[in-house]
Amino acid sequence: MAKKTVPFQGTKEQEEKLLEMIKAHKGEKGALMPILQQAQDIYGYLPIEVQKIISDETGIPMERIYGVATFYAQFALQPKGKYRISVCLGTACYVKGSGQIYEKLQEVLQIQGGECTPDGKFSLEACRCVGACGLAPVMMVNDEVYGRLTPDDIQGIVDKYNA
Amino acid sequence: MENITIKINGMEVSAPAGSTILEAARIAGIDIPTLCFLKEINEIGACRICVVEVKGARSLVAACVYPINPGMEVFTNTPLVRESRKKTLELILSDHERKCLSCVRSENCELQKLCKDLGVEDESMYDGAKNEYELDESAPHMIRDNNKCILCRRCVAVCDKVQGIGVIGANERGFKTHISSAFEMGLADTSCVSCGQCIVACPVGAIYEKDNTKEVFDAIADPDKFVVVQTAPAVRAGLGEEFGLPVGSGVEGKMAAALRRLGFDKVFDTNFSADLTIMEEAHEFLDRVKNGGTLPLITSCSPGWIKYCEHYFPDMTDNLSSCKSPQQMFGATLKTYYAQKMGIDPKKIVSVSVMPCTAKKFEIGRDDQDAAGCPDVDISITTRELARMIKGAGLRFLDLPDEDFDDPLGEGTGAAVIFGATGGVMEAALRTAVEELTGEELKNLDFTDVRGVEGIKEASYDVAGMTVKVAIASGLGNARTLLNKVKSGEADYHFIEIMGCPGGCVNGGGQPHVPASFKNANDVRALRGKVLYDYDAANPIRKSHENPQIKKVYDEFFGEPGSHKAHEILHTTYVKREVNRIPE
Repeated sequence: MAKKTVPFQGTKEQEEKLLEMIKAHKGEKGALMPILQQAQDIYGYLPIEVQKIISDETGIPMERIYGVATFYAQFALQPKGKYRISVCLGTACYVKGSGQIYEKLQEVLQIQGGECTPDGKFSLEACRCVGACGLAPVMMVNDEVYGRLTPDDIQGIVDKYNA
Repeated sequence: MENITIKINGMEVSAPAGSTILEAARIAGIDIPTLCFLKEINEIGACRICVVEVKGARSLVAACVYPINPGMEVFTNTPLVRESRKKTLELILSDHERKCLSCVRSENCELQKLCKDLGVEDESMYDGAKNEYELDESAPHMIRDNNKCILCRRCVAVCDKVQGIGVIGANERGFKTHISSAFEMGLADTSCVSCGQCIVACPVGAIYEKDNTKEVFDAIADPDKFVVVQTAPAVRAGLGEEFGLPVGSGVEGKMAAALRRLGFDKVFDTNFSADLTIMEEAHEFLDRVKNGGTLPLITSCSPGWIKYCEHYFPDMTDNLSSCKSPQQMFGATLKTYYAQKMGIDPKKIVSVSVMPCTAKKFEIGRDDQDAAGCPDVDISITTRELARMIKGAGLRFLDLPDEDFDDPLGEGTGAAVIFGATGGVMEAALRTAVEELTGEELKNLDFTDVRGVEGIKEASYDVAGMTVKVAIASGLGNARTLLNKVKSGEADYHFIEIMGCPGGCVNGGGQPHVPASFKNANDVRALRGKVLYDYDAANPIRKSHENPQIKKVYDEFFGEPGSHKAHEILHTTYVKREVNRIPE
């Protein structure tokens, strides 16, 4: 099983919306992509609970759904946190040491890239160039940019959002 | 169909319109090598081993899927073609765990053969980053080793398209692409039914049965154990292939001789309990017809089918015959009737079965399969594992004499031996049920309508003023089609035979590996099935109820078919399962 860090908190309303959406695609060829996209719009990500409903309702084996969900970068299996941290691993940032920044964040937050902390507060992901190469290495927390980082800066930044 | 003439390597070839280059080349006497291609199952042109040059084409084309056109000129053996195929193999090898000496598929690995045939000189040519995967050992019957997987997707296609299950597929993308289940669950957490069709589809050693041969050897070596073996009908139709005989060779006598020389205390035959199954199942059928029981009655011999029914048609488990499978009936009779008769403590008996099947390894651990208070069957091995034991013991199989099974549980009829082919159980049941219903002797024992390898067969018979409608499905995709017809009311059968594997047990997941190059041009199911029908025709006793040992076991022990005692020992129960269960 893939590591699960945040318990599923889907609501009845979300499920109703999902079922209705799947029904609208009934019998349609190639419906899996739009169903997954809209399911992600409803839930923000595609956890096993959501993929199970899609499989049960469409008859598409859950493995095929999971295969598609893990093939395309647009689909997320983990929810996004209240604070979305993305570290630039583009060329300029990378040669300036963003790899260590990324590692330090995984250590401080106790999650892997692509995951979310169990309290739903922080999610971590890697991104490519945010257009601030002059500030390399760069990371963003939601819309805020942090530049010229060293691994020692990380704990303090995380603490700021934890306060 | 109209023929098209093309040129292959400068020579004219005439092939039916719609043929692929691969098929046309075969007509011209050329085998173009393939790897991912499985006819009508996996036609994705992905592995690029079968590439050929076509005059005027921009690049090399995949012969397995490229259709021929009039006037086309194809070259199958140019330096460019040879170099391309070799490079493809070297690239596959760069992320393939090359522990060939200890690999279960050594000597019948399709990748190994291609490397040899196509002249790969350096298996480390493109060594670099390698994926490392944990083995999936969660299922009771098999292991998946992605370190050896070459991503041909033959297993995926069989599971999804043939069996209609689809619990394995490709996850992630690019270099990280790997075959697995949803959310990386182990197979045991999925609705995998243990049929093993993925194993026989795999060209390499990435999927294989859990080997239990050591346990069997250990039991034989233990002087305190009384080790008894039974062999399923289909094993005798496949085992010879492991020793170089052509597909479609019957080796019943040599198999019995080999088992005896391996040191089993008694060499018995599942054919005996196949006859017993017919007695119980025909009785159950007639009882349901007379007393308004649940119909259609569906056979329960195939544990892959049973698990499929429990997962995918849980509302139809009442339709399943309550009869244990022949494997389990054998073990139950062995540890009750035979143990009592011979004065042996059933707990000292090690009950071993040789099966063409991997689901049998799952079946022996099911609930309610322990008539004597201990498992009916202790160890179930496949045809392939038996071959491994024979080779390991140094027996010169082909030089062995033809021997008989031991008495009394070694006696089987022609009706029993055809259990291993799709339609065989139905035919065997009809031979007994019709005589029972009419009270007259059948003149023609050959119910040819229910024979053959088609996925779904139907027939109806007028018997004693009643029209008996029967149907047969093999392969679980076909089973689903048939059952949906029953559920929708489109069909009203009385009796259905379902086998989990296409063609029945002869094509089971535990049978010897046959390279795709042979399977793509020959029907292995039919070739092996014919062996069983020949054994049937040659047997002087061809009706289960005329098996003298079966009469005896009822006289001495069970009383009547369907008796209370028979129910306690020979029948079982089923459970309801889910398809997409979320693991804890």
